Amino acid sequence: MGIYLDNAATTMQKPDCVIEAVAQAMGHMGNSGRGAYGEALDASRMIYETREQLSSLFGLGNPKQAAFSCNSTEALNTAILGLLGPGDHVISTVMEHNSVLRPLYRLEKEGAQISFCPCDEKGRLRMEELPGLVKKNTKALVCTHASNLTGNANDLMTLGAFCKERGLLFIVDASQTAGVLPIDMKAMNIDVVCFTGHKSLYGPQGTGGLCVREGLSIRPLKSGGSGVHTYLKEHPPEMPTALEAGTLNGHGIAGLHAALQFLSDTGIENIHRHEMNLLRQFYQGIREIPGIRVYGDLDTDYRAAVLALNIGDYDSSEVSDELSYRYGISTRPGAHCAPLMHQSMGTVDQGMVRFSFSWFNTKEEVDLAIQAIRELAEE
Amino acid sequence: MRKKEWKLIVTFHTTADAIAFEKVCKETGKDGRMIPVPRELSAGCGLAWCAAPEKKEELQELAEKQSLLYEEMTELFY
Repeated sequence: MGIYLDNAATTMQKPDCVIEAVAQAMGHMGNSGRGAYGEALDASRMIYETREQLSSLFGLGNPKQAAFSCNSTEALNTAILGLLGPGDHVISTVMEHNSVLRPLYRLEKEGAQISFCPCDEKGRLRMEELPGLVKKNTKALVCTHASNLTGNANDLMTLGAFCKERGLLFIVDASQTAGVLPIDMKAMNIDVVCFTGHKSLYGPQGTGGLCVREGLSIRPLKSGGSGVHTYLKEHPPEMPTALEAGTLNGHGIAGLHAALQFLSDTGIENIHRHEMNLLRQFYQGIREIPGIRVYGDLDTDYRAAVLALNIGDYDSSEVSDELSYRYGISTRPGAHCAPLMHQSMGTVDQGMVRFSFSWFNTKEEVDLAIQAIRELAEE
Repeated sequence: MRKKEWKLIVTFHTTADAIAFEKVCKETGKDGRMIPVPRELSAGCGLAWCAAPEKKEELQELAEKQSLLYEEMTELFY
């Protein structure tokens, strides 16, 4: 069996309880909100409990403000396109994934303006530049919690205070951090947290959602079946139904429910500590190898367990292919859907080889990855 | 790192095109394997099919016959 180190793309290995929960749900669960009989109610109850878990994880305060989506991309599209429009100015960062950038570029085509906050040479956000980017029509800051490329995390407390002071909406992409770094929407003054279920939450692919601050109304992307108010011509405006047209991915959410229970039982601080120990071990093992260049700020533990590197001038695709073909080690080369981050780091041509660790990786696997990098660099 | 040698690299517009290409190659016993697309050919993300350079005509014929979509077939010292 290979060594899977692409957990920033998806955590391939899931807790057994998640797999069992999905299988069990597929054997007995009905469609949530589509009946008052046992099978449908089972689904509705389980889904409501999952909203409660999410509300607790993100400091949301009201489970009904947690709406499900297919993934972060859908959640971010809903938040960005549903809160902003032509004439608005929005601030974002060069750390963003295309799931933020492309909805923003779409808005720009429709008449909105965007400014991007830059990073320093280690890929850290230059927060001191933010005040200078604010205009009269600035409506929001859309920002990732941590870069999917460098793993660098942003200080949500400071960014949230900045948004509060300037009267800006604060939309956070938690794709790389939900379940490993604490997020408290109330304390951090966050209006919307967008998350995916299949990465650091250890749930199934096809799950995700957005937690919306109470009182904030988002124009939905979709309209359709809701199980309630059948004779209304418009989709019901009440959360969470407002943002959930059509049958939910109940089977997937059952897995997410089990995953959130696993996180709660294990403790997200323990998961983060384990991942950071692996990251540190890897960094210590490869940093002195001649020809290795490591990107990002490795001097802090407030980050995601992601490390991007290059070997000399080698094409990152070639390095990743060698790791996969010869050593059975799965990593992600190339651009990682983060074009502005690569432009900022000067790695558009070479790309980077990204290693990302999970709760299920071991010290032994990290040792083998270090040895592989050493051999490739020395050959 | 490995010694570079001439290879035939087939690039694609979508992951679906790449997998469809691989499927037909496997079904018809064509040697080759999927690799990450070399940066020299594309700065974007994606998959590429890697085979021996002398297989170019054979794969072009196969693609045409089976209506397989690909972006380019390039010989690369890789």
